Amino acid sequence: MSRKKLSRRQFVAATAMTSAAMITAPYVRGAHAAGKLSIGFWDHWVPGANKASTDIVNAWAEKEKVEVQIDYIPSQGNKILLTIAAEAQAKSGHDILAMPTWLPHAHTEQLEPMNDLMGDLIKQNGEPNGTVKYLGQAKGKWHAVPASVGSQIKGPCSRIDLMKKHAGIDVQALYPAGQAPKADSWTLDTFLKAAEACHKGGVPFGIGLGETSDNVDTAGAIFHSFGAALVDEKGNLTVKTDAVRQALEYYKKLIAFLPPDAGAWDDSSNNKWLVSGRGALIMNPPSAWAVARRDAPQVAEQCWTHGFPSGPKGRFAPYIGYFWGTWAFSKNKEAAKSVLRALSQADAIEKMCVASGGYDLPCYEKLTTLKVWQEEAPPKGTLYHYPNPHNHQTLSIAASPAPPKIAQQIYTQATLTKMCLRHAQGEAMEKTLAWAEGECEGFMRS
Amino acid sequence: MADVALQPNRAATAQAARKRSSLQSVLQRKSTIAFLMALPLILLIATLVIYPAFYALHLATLNKSMARFVGLGNFEFLFKRETFWLVVKQSCIFAITAVMFKALLGFIIAHFVHNIPAKGQRKWRGMLLVPWVIPPAMSTLAWLWLFDPSYSAFNYTLSFFGIGPIPWTGDAYWARFSVILVNIWVGAPFFMIMYLAALKSVPDQLYEAAAIDGANWWQRIWYVTLPMMRNIIAITTLFSLIVTFANFDIVRILTAGGPLDHTHIFATWAFRVGIEGSDIPLGASVSLFMVPILAVAAIFILRDISKRGNEA
Repeated sequence: MSRKKLSRRQFVAATAMTSAAMITAPYVRGAHAAGKLSIGFWDHWVPGANKASTDIVNAWAEKEKVEVQIDYIPSQGNKILLTIAAEAQAKSGHDILAMPTWLPHAHTEQLEPMNDLMGDLIKQNGEPNGTVKYLGQAKGKWHAVPASVGSQIKGPCSRIDLMKKHAGIDVQALYPAGQAPKADSWTLDTFLKAAEACHKGGVPFGIGLGETSDNVDTAGAIFHSFGAALVDEKGNLTVKTDAVRQALEYYKKLIAFLPPDAGAWDDSSNNKWLVSGRGALIMNPPSAWAVARRDAPQVAEQCWTHGFPSGPKGRFAPYIGYFWGTWAFSKNKEAAKSVLRALSQADAIEKMCVASGGYDLPCYEKLTTLKVWQEEAPPKGTLYHYPNPHNHQTLSIAASPAPPKIAQQIYTQATLTKMCLRHAQGEAMEKTLAWAEGECEGFMRS
Repeated sequence: MADVALQPNRAATAQAARKRSSLQSVLQRKSTIAFLMALPLILLIATLVIYPAFYALHLATLNKSMARFVGLGNFEFLFKRETFWLVVKQSCIFAITAVMFKALLGFIIAHFVHNIPAKGQRKWRGMLLVPWVIPPAMSTLAWLWLFDPSYSAFNYTLSFFGIGPIPWTGDAYWARFSVILVNIWVGAPFFMIMYLAALKSVPDQLYEAAAIDGANWWQRIWYVTLPMMRNIIAITTLFSLIVTFANFDIVRILTAGGPLDHTHIFATWAFRVGIEGSDIPLGASVSLFMVPILAVAAIFILRDISKRGNEA
């Protein structure tokens, strides 16, 4: 039996090679050399829209050698809110998490600052709109990155034929495709007259007065148009003001021409109202139109998305922003920022907007004139004015300019629509205002 | 000598044997075996119920940003809120009305089913249990479509008789009626099956004796059936009261607390405040407010049961 002897030289050489390999191993770029990253994206309601973000992330992961896991979390049943609350409590979870409207502010202390990244993105893409700044910043610090996915304007979507027939208004002439709006006459007074005419014609405007966001957003924009706010930016109560009284009076008149069950409407009610052909106008992003395109093409080809009517203090439209946040306890913050940078490039944003059929809306000023909104049909140009390409209206959110943590309570508790409904149901103006003031005082707890 | 030398060992052996036998006897005791067999479940409950309960108590003592201990400050805050007292009132209306009607309907249906010949009874029992067996989230969705503000199937049917349209979920009172109705629909079969079991255990001789004494139908119910069912009625009422007070899915799906907060109950308002409003401590405080109410109900009902047990 022969036995190979290990010489002293061979032993030294083998030891040296093993040591070198062990020391250098961490620096060799393997398939997932840069670690792992878990992402919780909002599960888009548009079929196939998730694929665009998956593709962008996968391309980035391939290049950066990062192992990525993506979970698509639906907003139905508030699953995304529950996930955020659970991760914030557990101090563990996704490295990047999609956060709707108010959530970055609600968790600002637990989020990684994004100022460095946002500085670069603003240079590239232009200034974000004012509402995104209001929702995404705290004390001059960006606590999340604005996401185009899920962000939207909830402006009017009108039936061209019904508005012409009953209200004598040509919405395409007010908002011509490919051109700046010619909508000086499109005021809240005109809007009220049109609501009355359409109500008489049996096709009332489908504006809800329930407690979900679509209802609250419309009320918010109308309140802003009168300069009405319940709490100002410094946190002072401003409920008992003439502006709030005017807004309530206006709403009372409007409610008389809305469907009688509007108080029970949720976010799907207005969509169904339009798609079923029962109404001449709703306030919604183009989701209702997209469903109509699939289920009721004759309705879809008569739909025109356009700007909000203007009030005494200007023309305001509700903008609902989504964000991507990274927890301060995230294990791979650098990789998280890197992928957020990739997702916020102009070509990536355009890709995601196209995949969503024009539903998603970037907040950056250079990205409101993408081709997708010019080309979507039927009818051609129906979404041209959806992203506010001519800065014709101020994008706002209900309950602003109150400090966001107070505004979140006003928004979530639907204080605006409740005020409108209470007053319209016969409660005296001052009693409604006193009730709202009491509510807002409660919202100020810290 | 040898015997003497062996004495200490023998004592030790005897002691060890005694210990062994006492351990064996403990292990052989039915209660010990029952405890050991239930231990996994006890641990599971401790993890999934007791820990979250204490965590909720902890959360309820924090301020909104969960950075500061505020003691009972959240409860103090709630007591000053108009909406909170509206929720307390509605939770009581919802739970008490629903439980009363569930018990009444369950009692009546149980009697009907009890009087069906044994051959066809199983079929009826199965069919009547369907509302209780379907997950409430699913069945409530079907009810939502029936009550839909604009496309209600009920209103469509009623329109043929010139009635309506009824704002099932749009008017405060109708909305309360709707959520209570659905809760009764879901929960009545539970009462029915429990009462049916209790009815079957009432000895026929008692009814025969009552009949000989000339008792009429109502007297048989009042003096025989009800006394024999008292304990089961008390336990089912307590159980249902707890479950109904803590209900979430029916109200959340049907009205989400609206219109104007007039159908909010503890769980839905806690969710609105805690999860949707990002004020977890206040949400925890709202949900914990159910505990003293239910504890008082439980003490009264269980005390009554044990008193009757002792009398028996």
